[in-house]
Amino acid sequence: MSVDSSDGHLAQLRRPFEGPNTLGNSSAFWAGLAVAVALLAAMPVVFGYYAAEVGAVFLAYALLGMSLAFIWGYCGILSFGQVAFFGVAGYAFGIVAINVSTLTGATLGLLAAVAVSTAFAAVLGYFMFYGGVRDVYVTILTLVVALVLFTFMGQTAGGEWAIGDARLGGFNGMSGVPDLGIGVGSVGLEVGLVGHYYVTLGTVVATYLGLRALVNSQFGYAMVATREDETRTEMFGYDTTFIKFAVFTIGGAIAGLGGVLFTTQNNYIDPSVFGITAAALPVVWASVGGRTSLLGTVGAALAIQFVDYQLAISGSEWALVFIGSLLVFVVLVMPEGVAPRLHDHVAEYREPNDPEPAETPAATDYPGGDD
Amino acid sequence: MAGLGLLDFGFEFVEIFAFVVLATVGLAVIFGMMGIINLAHGEFILVGAYATTFSFAAGLPLPLAMLAGVVITAVFGVVLERLIIRHLYGRLLDSMVVTWGISLVMIQLVRIVFGNSAPGIGIPFGQLPIVDGPVYYLVLAVIAVGLLGGLYALFMWTDFGVRARATMQDEETARSMGIDTDRMYASTFAIGSALAGLTGALYAPVMPITPEYGTGFLVEAFVAVVVGGASVIVGTVLASGFLGTVNAAVTNVAGTFMGQVAMLIAAIVAIRLLPEGITGLLADLREKRGESE
Repeated sequence: MSVDSSDGHLAQLRRPFEGPNTLGNSSAFWAGLAVAVALLAAMPVVFGYYAAEVGAVFLAYALLGMSLAFIWGYCGILSFGQVAFFGVAGYAFGIVAINVSTLTGATLGLLAAVAVSTAFAAVLGYFMFYGGVRDVYVTILTLVVALVLFTFMGQTAGGEWAIGDARLGGFNGMSGVPDLGIGVGSVGLEVGLVGHYYVTLGTVVATYLGLRALVNSQFGYAMVATREDETRTEMFGYDTTFIKFAVFTIGGAIAGLGGVLFTTQNNYIDPSVFGITAAALPVVWASVGGRTSLLGTVGAALAIQFVDYQLAISGSEWALVFIGSLLVFVVLVMPEGVAPRLHDHVAEYREPNDPEPAETPAATDYPGGDD
Repeated sequence: MAGLGLLDFGFEFVEIFAFVVLATVGLAVIFGMMGIINLAHGEFILVGAYATTFSFAAGLPLPLAMLAGVVITAVFGVVLERLIIRHLYGRLLDSMVVTWGISLVMIQLVRIVFGNSAPGIGIPFGQLPIVDGPVYYLVLAVIAVGLLGGLYALFMWTDFGVRARATMQDEETARSMGIDTDRMYASTFAIGSALAGLTGALYAPVMPITPEYGTGFLVEAFVAVVVGGASVIVGTVLASGFLGTVNAAVTNVAGTFMGQVAMLIAAIVAIRLLPEGITGLLADLREKRGESE
């Protein structure tokens, strides 16, 4: 995490991450982002272990949300089944890490999990995009895949559903999943509770910057062109089928990474990650935060899950009612989402001259797509 | 022995065919006629089921309780259409996202208001001889086939059907010809909702009624709509027949769950080969024959 990416000669460094496809391209934005990351990094110090534990889960969700914002907002592929990759990676990590104990297991588990979720997305994407499946049908198919995984994992309660020492456990879930770690045998780095929070935060920041660079690259332009008008883009000589396939696969990889971080934080995963409610959440974050804004989606994921968590610990049952109503409201009132709308307001406000530094970075300035 | 196996397979097929048809038909009418995928389809079914069980528990005879389920769901659908859905015509992805939001709210509201279970209804009509299964499943199959026939007649042969199809095809022109298009949208949505309500009512005696009741229909419904393609009724029949056969055959050999998996795999392969669905293939064939004639 390069927290000190404020002003000056760092402009050179900023260049790859800026372009017409992201919203926040000013010095103020980057300063704001640095402050936001610093604040998030200070969380465990200020609020203690418990905040790190809960915060890491939210950040893992943020990765899941980003994977959807990336494929939907930038390439127009609406997947309702991002949780499928998230959950499959979680289970894959569990299976490998439980069987191969020590740090070798955790390392192999991480690699295997991301490989499995990426391959899964690639196979599904191959079938859909090379089969000529169009927009709505992609959406429905991805949802169906998640729901079938839900049913499948739900009926694995019996003892015959074990891979080595790892019991899939049906609706009771798979417990005893080891922590994250990197190393061979007992030599290496085991990631503890607070460490896990920082690893997750670092992953979110790195993924965010990586995706920013990607969407502002030549490939990113082709993605956005595919979203805007697929036929025309194809006429220009771009292989739109491959673009969609590649984007979908990358999305699967990111969702899978989120799944690993989620599972290793809880040391547990159960089929509810594939359920219809869980599947809705990434769509809610991306719709509310603004699907063409990666940071907006991250912000929405953190904020909505925070509210959800607060409601849950206060014993309220109204969290889902709130989330669902919020989704309906946002789509009806500001279909592009909160972040792009806010960005427009800010841009209008500071139109004539140079910007003032943003005070609440998470809420003022967002990167994202050209709408 | 072989004869009995065949009978079992036949019964399994009838059961699954009826389930796929009934799960799909409400969704298919709304999608095919209005181009809206209603992600809250399962919760429309849920409304039908709850209305039925509670009417039944309040002492209404079962057919009347089911009728209440249908009517209440239709009214519910119209209210929702007027309040929310009508703002989303022509915004396909947005309409899916919004209806999903509605679905989340409804599942949770039902859980808050009615708790995690509802009073059950016994399966009427008793057991079949020879084959192990209730007579009721045969009744469901007859209703499913009757429903498809009725819908075909309604949309193809009646004045209402012509108006509705004209509205969906070209709203401007339809309006200039004096059709009240708003009313057409609302009534088509009402028909779709009523059908979903009927499904909920019909399966209320068969499946345990919980807030997630509707989710149990979603996989079959979505798969059948996708495989069926744009032409609603013919698509539903063919897709249900195809998926029902695969599902029943595998269920017979390897159990219910593998049947579902096989159905999904069959659906994915079918979509890989026929991205426009079965009716897309039919339309292509018809076009080709038209050209060669």
